[in-house]
Amino acid sequence: MPHPTKVWVVAETTGSKLSEVTLELLSKAAELARKLKTGVAAVLIGDSVEPLAAELIAYGADVIFLSEDKRLKDYLAAPYARVIARLLTEEKPEIVLYGATSAGRDLAPRVASEIRAGLTADCTDLKIGDHKDLKSGKVYRKILFQVRPAFGGNIIATIVNLDHRPQMSTVREGVMRMSQPDPKRRGEVIKVPVELSPEDFLVEVLERVKAERRVNLKGADIIVSGGAGVGSRENFGLIHEFAEVLGGEVGASRAAVDAGFISREHQVGQTGTTVRPKLYVACGISGSVQHQAGMCEAGKILAINTDPDAPVMSIAHYKIVGDLSEVIPRLIKAHKASGR
Amino acid sequence: MSFRSIVLAKQVPDTKNLTARAMKPDGTVNRAALPAIFNPHDLNALELGLSLSDEFGGEVILITMGPWMAAELVREALYRGADEAVLLTDRRFAGSDTLATSYALAQAVRKVGEFDFVLCGSQAIDGDTAQVGPQVAEKLGLPQLTFVQEIEEVTEAGIVVKRTIENGYERLRSRLPVLLTVTSEVNIPRPPRAKLIMQYKKARAPVEVRIEVERELEDYSGGDRPIRAACIGREEVIAKKTEEKIAALRAKGLLLNEWDVDRVEAEELRCGFAGSPTKVRKTESVVLRARVSKTYEPTAEGLKALVEELVQSRILG
Repeated sequence: MPHPTKVWVVAETTGSKLSEVTLELLSKAAELARKLKTGVAAVLIGDSVEPLAAELIAYGADVIFLSEDKRLKDYLAAPYARVIARLLTEEKPEIVLYGATSAGRDLAPRVASEIRAGLTADCTDLKIGDHKDLKSGKVYRKILFQVRPAFGGNIIATIVNLDHRPQMSTVREGVMRMSQPDPKRRGEVIKVPVELSPEDFLVEVLERVKAERRVNLKGADIIVSGGAGVGSRENFGLIHEFAEVLGGEVGASRAAVDAGFISREHQVGQTGTTVRPKLYVACGISGSVQHQAGMCEAGKILAINTDPDAPVMSIAHYKIVGDLSEVIPRLIKAHKASGR
Repeated sequence: MSFRSIVLAKQVPDTKNLTARAMKPDGTVNRAALPAIFNPHDLNALELGLSLSDEFGGEVILITMGPWMAAELVREALYRGADEAVLLTDRRFAGSDTLATSYALAQAVRKVGEFDFVLCGSQAIDGDTAQVGPQVAEKLGLPQLTFVQEIEEVTEAGIVVKRTIENGYERLRSRLPVLLTVTSEVNIPRPPRAKLIMQYKKARAPVEVRIEVERELEDYSGGDRPIRAACIGREEVIAKKTEEKIAALRAKGLLLNEWDVDRVEAEELRCGFAGSPTKVRKTESVVLRARVSKTYEPTAEGLKALVEELVQSRILG
């Protein structure tokens, strides 16, 4: 092996492509690996997925652990977890990152349980640092600081693993920035033999139904988001109208999604999409920390809220205290009058 | 055909309904002031167990792990129709992360014995990790179906479900026994039944009885006696009174099931703080920091000024 590779990413595929979150995680993994003076490995599982190895290498992987089998064509928790757990036990990496996708959130805890490792969900930042344990006085050098909001977003917690390895985290798509691929990078593909039993295949996939992604929050320059304060699915029409007038996308807070005002693909925040538009308009959104985690990097934030003390007001660049059902139509009118 | 379901549930602080009372003057949240509730998705898991039992016959057994206050969740499960409910409580469980929690719960499930389904909410609203379900499945060697939004078919041979994925769903079939984690879309939880509330509202867990007795005796502890003697006497009185009350509750069928580390044959080193690989290095209460900002009046003039500002900053247009 050309490098010791102690920082790992579990790759995820959708159809015949790598998921974006995998490429984002590789960028982060490369950064962490530089600080630890080690290399990056990716685990690639599926049926005939070897052609994807080149892309993983271009985005930062030095080594690909490739596990191919016809039975592994579709993602399934039990056999995938079995393959990964065995690899981690043999190779003993320091850090393992997973996408916090529907597959990653299903897979990572099963792996963690099997190898009895710690796992921190939905991290919003990952850093390397030294930690002194207050009880034993022992200093742990260059360990992974896993930052995540918790407790309904009212606290930001930094989680560490002291004596257990690997240190494992899941990260939502869009949270880490993807770096430019380098097609000249070299890497090594190591084939991993697959040993599975019929007990690993008690679940079968009958059908997978995916709508094309209609909402493009990640790439939008302007996002108009509605929250619980919008009040109803009908009132959300106003948010759609405003977004259309501004040429932007429609976003939503988790509260609005949970209330059924709009579908989940519109959700912005720690457990939704992380966005970086030029302008983010928060309408009737109180602004929990989880929501802020997904939108605070917006160029400008405009908050419309009846409550002048709503948390969102303290991070907004522009504030309007008022009822959105009156404010938005006036704003639309003012925008149209400006002739833009 | 009948099914035995074990439902795993958590009592959580109601982080969704932050009241002014729960805010400290420095802008952070006073966690102790948040009301404790039945984790919403876990109510969907309980409902699924109850509806399977209604349709096919069977039994629903709920297990919750937590401090003594979680006895309230055990009662609530009974109010809603669970056949049995267990409070898994022990100081040695304190400080559990998801790995230690899933170990303790898996041990408790083993203690219950045979089953067809283990049912969990997809995640709890306080931690939002969605990890405990899959971890319990792995520990029990069960197949797992997570983020289930719809049950399509249930037979003795297996179950077909729709599982939520990005922008869609997948239909999965699994053999039984199986562990499911469900989202709020899977059903609408039934309300508590008045008759069951009347039946169980006086039911208590042993740990609650002891605390109630301690509180009752608080008033009697001082007096003129020397403090040391009073304390020794008080301890004995508490033990005796607790025992009497527990016996009385048991006789009336109102003693809630309470299991500890020993009862579920858990290894102490895999429980609580000792059994948790992840540690909290630090927590920061979120203090809302102010940004330089401009406030615009919600009037036609005010909003016109805002639009002009946005156009001039090249954000609009």
